[in-house]
Amino acid sequence: MGDHSHGSPENSGTVAKADDVAQDRFPDPGLPPHRPRLADRDPRAAKRHERQVALLFTISIIGTLFFFVSYFVLGHLGDMTFAELRVQNAALGLGTAFAMLGIGVGIVHWAKTLMPDHELVESRHEIRTEADRQDAVEIVDTIIEESGIKRRPLIRNSLIGAIALAPIPAIFMFRDLERSGKTAGEMVEQLRHTMWDTGVRLTRDPSGTPIKASDVQIGSAFHVIPEGLNEAEDVLNEKAKAVVLLMRMDPQEMNISEGREDWNVDGIVAYSKICTHVGCPIALYEQHTHHLLCPCHQSTFDLANECKVVFGPAGHALPQLPIMVDAEGYLVARSDFHEPVGPAYWERGQ
Amino acid sequence: MATTNEYTPSTATGRLANFVDTRVGASTIVKEFGRKIFPDHWSFMFGEVALYTFVLLLLSGTFLTFFFDPSMAHVVYEGSYVPLKGIGMSTAMASTLDISFDVRGGLFMRQVHHWSALLFVASLSVHMLRVFFTGAFRRPRELNWVVGGVLLIMGLAAGFTGYSLPDDLLSGNGLRIIDGVMKALPVVGTYLSMFFFGGEFPGEHVIPRLYSLHIMIVPAVIILLLVIHLFMVVTHKHTQYPGPGRTNDNVVGFPVGPVYAAKAGGFFFIVFGIVAFISGIFQINPVWNYGPYDPSPVSAGTQPDWYIGFVDGALRLMPGVLGDFSFVWNIPFPWGDNSLVLSVLLPALVPAGALFTVMFAWPWIERWVTKDNREHHLLDRPRNAPFRTAMGAAGVVFYCVMWAAASSDLIATHFHVALNDVTYWLRALFFVGPLVAFWLTRRICLSLQRKDREIVLHGREAGIIQMSPEGGFSEKHEEVDVYKRYLLTNFNDNQYIPAQPDAAGHISRKEKRRAKISKFFFEDRVAPVTPSELAAAKAAHGHHEVEGEKQDSIEK
Amino acid sequence: MKALSKKRRHPLAAVALLLFGLLITGSLYTAAGSISEAKAADTTTASQSDVDEGGKLFVANCATCHGMNAEGTNSGPSLIGVGAASVDFQVGTGRMPMQMQGPQAQAKPVQFTDEQISQLAAFVASLGAGPAIPDEESLDTTKGDAAHGGTVFRVNCAMCHNAAAAGGALTRGKFAPTLAGVSEKHIYEAMVTGPQNMPVFNDSNITPDEKRDVVTFLKTIEANGSAGGVALGSLGPVAEGLFVWTAGLGIIIAFTIWLTSRPS
Repeated sequence: MGDHSHGSPENSGTVAKADDVAQDRFPDPGLPPHRPRLADRDPRAAKRHERQVALLFTISIIGTLFFFVSYFVLGHLGDMTFAELRVQNAALGLGTAFAMLGIGVGIVHWAKTLMPDHELVESRHEIRTEADRQDAVEIVDTIIEESGIKRRPLIRNSLIGAIALAPIPAIFMFRDLERSGKTAGEMVEQLRHTMWDTGVRLTRDPSGTPIKASDVQIGSAFHVIPEGLNEAEDVLNEKAKAVVLLMRMDPQEMNISEGREDWNVDGIVAYSKICTHVGCPIALYEQHTHHLLCPCHQSTFDLANECKVVFGPAGHALPQLPIMVDAEGYLVARSDFHEPVGPAYWERGQ
Repeated sequence: MATTNEYTPSTATGRLANFVDTRVGASTIVKEFGRKIFPDHWSFMFGEVALYTFVLLLLSGTFLTFFFDPSMAHVVYEGSYVPLKGIGMSTAMASTLDISFDVRGGLFMRQVHHWSALLFVASLSVHMLRVFFTGAFRRPRELNWVVGGVLLIMGLAAGFTGYSLPDDLLSGNGLRIIDGVMKALPVVGTYLSMFFFGGEFPGEHVIPRLYSLHIMIVPAVIILLLVIHLFMVVTHKHTQYPGPGRTNDNVVGFPVGPVYAAKAGGFFFIVFGIVAFISGIFQINPVWNYGPYDPSPVSAGTQPDWYIGFVDGALRLMPGVLGDFSFVWNIPFPWGDNSLVLSVLLPALVPAGALFTVMFAWPWIERWVTKDNREHHLLDRPRNAPFRTAMGAAGVVFYCVMWAAASSDLIATHFHVALNDVTYWLRALFFVGPLVAFWLTRRICLSLQRKDREIVLHGREAGIIQMSPEGGFSEKHEEVDVYKRYLLTNFNDNQYIPAQPDAAGHISRKEKRRAKISKFFFEDRVAPVTPSELAAAKAAHGHHEVEGEKQDSIEK
Repeated sequence: MKALSKKRRHPLAAVALLLFGLLITGSLYTAAGSISEAKAADTTTASQSDVDEGGKLFVANCATCHGMNAEGTNSGPSLIGVGAASVDFQVGTGRMPMQMQGPQAQAKPVQFTDEQISQLAAFVASLGAGPAIPDEESLDTTKGDAAHGGTVFRVNCAMCHNAAAAGGALTRGKFAPTLAGVSEKHIYEAMVTGPQNMPVFNDSNITPDEKRDVVTFLKTIEANGSAGGVALGSLGPVAEGLFVWTAGLGIIIAFTIWLTSRPS
């Protein structure tokens, strides 16, 4: 083999630099000659294709009948077992599939084998002819002239003003999309508060039974809701902010910052379960590594370091719920969270 | 005034046709469309797939609306699915379970609807990729490209609003993520979230609102855009691949009646059949597994449907803190601190924004760089537009890295690698991947173009080894026929255009920038073979063979 | 041969090859992914001789890592007070003895007979009080409430093990395994002992009745199977999206190529 123009673009003859222009081109040889199909030459093949198409349509009819059989015979109302449901679903699907594919494949097979397969040529037309353009410009000019909008600026300007203002009420109409009727300040402020308050018992999710400090052993994780949540007015709204994860670890292993010394009970700590990234419940507790992982976006928080972010997209630590023990030995909140729970928002601040 | 010579049909069908024709002028329509030519190529079918899956969505969706109740009122489920009996949930969730278990064929229709939805957006995407990589968006089709892009976005909107309707645990956590992303928007975010959910998350209003968007506004907009889209397709006539007999001034293909109509019509039934088959055999979105929405639980593997995945993946890739540096910025103002949540804003808005901006603007970007404002009805083979193909590949890789990131947890468990490592690798790929893809794709395109040149100049390898009288071996090369040669040599060959002075002889800074980009795109270029080159090669070819024989004999 | 090489150039050949490859890869993966089911051992009352036999087995098989008196070493934790349930779970699912150090011990073929496991359990239980192997009564799924178990499961377990118990990823190579095919006893034992990084769910957190409900729920959904057909691993939208892009579009492209090809 000789040199068939390998090499870098600069020195191989095949790569033209941008400034030399290819002058000549090969002429268009036109459409390749038409090649007749089997069915065009052989009437028996055409007859065979005809039978195949009819067979495909028959398959479709059988598929439709099969659908009815599976609807009425396999299906019945109420208490179908999963196995029955699975079989019926598959039968309905296959019945429909055969009914449709029979028609579709049949028609296409018909078109491919028996309808003429000569490619035709149609020429394209100019999208806009110059004559049309001139006519259109003339018409538009006439319209503008007859309306007098150019000659009467007072009308024009007041109309523009009116049209600009008219849609604004339509936007304001949506103010009551927020159904509670709170003021803007109240809307923002409510994000800072949850059901937790001094003395509110920590209870199990979903039963609502209170938890004794002695119930919580090292390595365990309790999913916690505030007492009385299940009876609250907006259960889901309150729950969306108040859910807490309660864990116990060896107090020796915990780094506690100033001001939080009395927020735990012998290594029992409570943290908001709402991820500070975009709010998924963050409940994957690894008892040996003390890591909390969010299953949605993999933010990882270190329980030993007051749930600081160690990996993933969350931007700040999980808020801690200060807890203590009441006279009966049950765990209660010392106060509400000291910062808003959940994702950061514009008004959140420090 | 009675017309004496009006046409009177003799058959019943003829009379009916004539009645319609004389009222609406159907003859004109038949004349216009009856034998209209459409080119035939498998890659032209994806738009049809999108259209047909959309029809399936309308059909199955209408069925579902008869049984679905989009209320968030609390009910206790008493249907026939035992593991949820007696559990409190929203009416929306309960009615979804009823459709699945207590309406015959309801489960099948749900699965048809959901599989169609996934296929709808997938075929839209593939259709757009086909249009991009073949250059079908060029003048005069720029506007239709934009309409198509808006259709894709509306497809995403339709999918997302529908995904949330059953109010199950999976979609509920999806909504919670949307709530978090909304709240991250500066200044308006908190209020936007409150307005969207009718108060605090989750509230009792969001599902009915999404429902009216999902079954009314969004499909109406899609239908409107679809009509505009198809109208423009008819106005422009379809593009065609280059080849002998195909020019910028003609369309080569099959007439609507009967061949094209039969194929396109038959294809609807085929798509329907495929979707029905998949829906019968493969389960999708088993909401009964996820259970009703409750803000406390979450399931491992919480992901959106595939088309929202790339945004979810971007959210996963973004680090929230780097060492001590947090991407949540607290900005002090006289009235107090405000938070700028870059850890959410950047990944949620920037990659998707960049992708869609470049996508919408691409026809104009390309026109500006190439100074090519001609009409194009002949498509490019992707190899013959290396710069565009390489840019497209870079975009696809950029998208796919984010897409893969949305399944980082499943990649970790299924390939037995650490979740954190998957994220680190994907973070690196996010930046490096598109660059590598661009470079590699361009090299591949240029190599393929060289191969085309090779074939034209020296013929194709016939696979036949010949022995010369001297005992030397060589492979026989067969010259390509004129049709193949025309295909391989006739392409739109973009070249570097240096900065051009304007009328006043001044070269603007913008023009210099354009020239730079033009140089970057077209500096490396493989020109089509010209007849004179071929003649020269043929003259030299004999020489080559003599040379080859010499070499052979020397080796012996 | 010639016919084959001719067909190789058919436009559908690439699609067929791709589908074939996907099918092979898929089925291999399914085969490789199926976990051999660990058989549950009958709980027997421990006698002194069991404890002695267990002690011998312990010294021979476990003491290297856990210490001669199960006091723990650098390579293995102390087993004093972990209870019989812990031994029965770890050894009964093949997690112990560990094959190698790694992010977490993995289930593998069980190394000991049921009798040996109960002897080992008796020995470890004799070292200090800990959770016992659950009795038949607390595993009786006919007495459990699947619906309540489902609620408890979603709150306490689904975030790691997935709502359909298909498993999920944890940090740095650790993972929560699928619960399909795990015996009632081992599920129960895992809850009370908290193996590996799983939290402990003691009886005051999830009551024995609730634990039975959870087991009942898991066994119910396992027995039910999937209502709508092949479950695609119960992995949710990712598996569904992958399916649409491979099989779904694959079938459609095959049809479009057939539809636009010229017949002979």
